[in-house]
Amino acid sequence: MLEFLSYLISGISLGSVYAIIALGYTMVYGIAKMLNFAHGDVIMVGGYVSLLAMTSLGLPTWAAILLAMVVCTVLGVIIEGLAYKPLRSAPSLAVLITAIGVSYFLQNSALLIWGANPKVYSPIIEGTFKLFDGKLPISYISMLTVSVCIVIMIGLTIFTSKSKMGKAMRACSEDKAAAQLMGINVNKTISLTFAIGSALAAIAGVLLCSSYPTLMPTTGSMPGIKAFTAAVFGGIGSIPGAFLGGILLGIIESLAKAYISTQLANTVVFAVLIIVLLVRPAGLLGKYVPEKV
Amino acid sequence: MGQILKVDNINVYYGAIHAIKGVSLEVNEGEIVTLIGANGAGKSTTLKAISNLLHPKTGSIEFFGEKLAHIPPHKIVEKGLAHVPEGRRIFLQMTVQENLEMGAYTQGGKTFNEDIDGVFKQFPRLLERRKQIAGTLSGGEQQMLAMGRALMSRPKLLMLDEPSMGLAPILVEQIFDIIKELHKNGTTILLVEQNAQMALSVADRAYVMETGRITLSGTGAELAQSDSVRKAYLGG
Ligand SMILES: Nc1ncnc2c1ncn2[C@@H]1O[C@H](COP(=O)(O)OP(=O)(O)OP(=O)(O)O)[C@@H](O)[C@H]1O
Ligand SMILES: [Mg+2]
Repeated sequence: MLEFLSYLISGISLGSVYAIIALGYTMVYGIAKMLNFAHGDVIMVGGYVSLLAMTSLGLPTWAAILLAMVVCTVLGVIIEGLAYKPLRSAPSLAVLITAIGVSYFLQNSALLIWGANPKVYSPIIEGTFKLFDGKLPISYISMLTVSVCIVIMIGLTIFTSKSKMGKAMRACSEDKAAAQLMGINVNKTISLTFAIGSALAAIAGVLLCSSYPTLMPTTGSMPGIKAFTAAVFGGIGSIPGAFLGGILLGIIESLAKAYISTQLANTVVFAVLIIVLLVRPAGLLGKYVPEKV
Repeated sequence: MGQILKVDNINVYYGAIHAIKGVSLEVNEGEIVTLIGANGAGKSTTLKAISNLLHPKTGSIEFFGEKLAHIPPHKIVEKGLAHVPEGRRIFLQMTVQENLEMGAYTQGGKTFNEDIDGVFKQFPRLLERRKQIAGTLSGGEQQMLAMGRALMSRPKLLMLDEPSMGLAPILVEQIFDIIKELHKNGTTILLVEQNAQMALSVADRAYVMETGRITLSGTGAELAQSDSVRKAYLGG
């Protein structure tokens, strides 16, 4: 029982990282109607920047995280402005290929700058909290990860439902021409969405590397794909959906690793995704909108 | 009566399709001007060009004497030009209240309460349904919301693209009553309609459009009497 609980907890913690990444994916998809495949690689950049800030620059942890967020935000906005904005009215396939290109560009740039050798990350907090006389250890980083994820989810929900900018974002995601007719600057709103998503990716990078402390140019790639899966699983475009999808995916992966096989864990994750999508094509919390005929 | 809008000899293309061919029209302060014509004549395209959602290849559009050519659509609203697009285009997943808030996006917020009260007075239905998701409103209510949303931007010129589309006759009457009332309260209106009879009955002046060209213009009463208009649009 305790063993199960500990796998469950590590699943929720891993799932929280997926959820934070998935929130960025889903917001960008909601507004720009594109899958930003480079999103995962922004996580990796966040990891490197925060690591170097702590080690080479000797910055305190909070400052390192802040710096990573700033760098990733700027990076996200530049990517959007240079690579995606010129394709605003291009076919979605062209945008998809561009996004894959940007992903490889970021990975190879990281390879050039930081080399191929894995770097050891220094977790932002260490130690564990022990329950049941030490039989159920919960690492502080897990607790932090889950709390941060919940705070972000609530923050984004309030932002999109209450603030003027957040509502404008929803308006743009529904109908860009109508949003323009309201006086909303659609390009600026899309940039803002990329900025938010990329800042979240930086946070996800720090948390991910603190739990799994090896950092390579490809570090963001698999979590990126998993988070994308989580966003689709929960219902792409939906903020609570991304949260739920991320957490569930983390739990499924963790339990599959523990009770089925480490090698098969990803297979199980994607099998579950396929089954869910067969039953609910729009994902768990997504609204199924039939094509207009 | 000052001139508010002046469209001067514009040409608009969709790729190779020449949709608007040298259209000129004007709207003066306090008028209701209507633009009527059959399906595909280019009425919606003309309004989109005025809002700069589409860019005319040649010709010019002036609003209060200012050329709109290089002003992005979201800045045009700020200048006092509101466009209720064809098919209403309200935000279906947002509430009635939120749609109205989006209409007031360019306003500082100081006059928000006053403006929304004004819209609710004009459209009491919307007040009842304030918290309702707009996608669940009936067609007539959606049209009211689209018009109310546009009014929230305190427009100096309100452009309506087929407000009667898809509505039952009684609702059409109601929408036109509202148009008349808005006009009485001093709103200048450019009205695109296929329902020529109704449109001509409320309009001070009217333009008839055929395949991208203005073929006829005059006062509402004149056009309602014109033989060619009667034949083509008023059923004899
Ligand atoms: N996006 C587009 N691409 C290509 N052609 C278009 C496009 N939109 C409109 N057209 C063409 O431009 C012409 C004018 O269309 P427009 O929508 O302005 O007509 P309309 O007068 O508003 O008609 P309706 O009364 O049916 O709304 C039509 O021939 C139409 O086929
Ligand atoms: Mg039309």
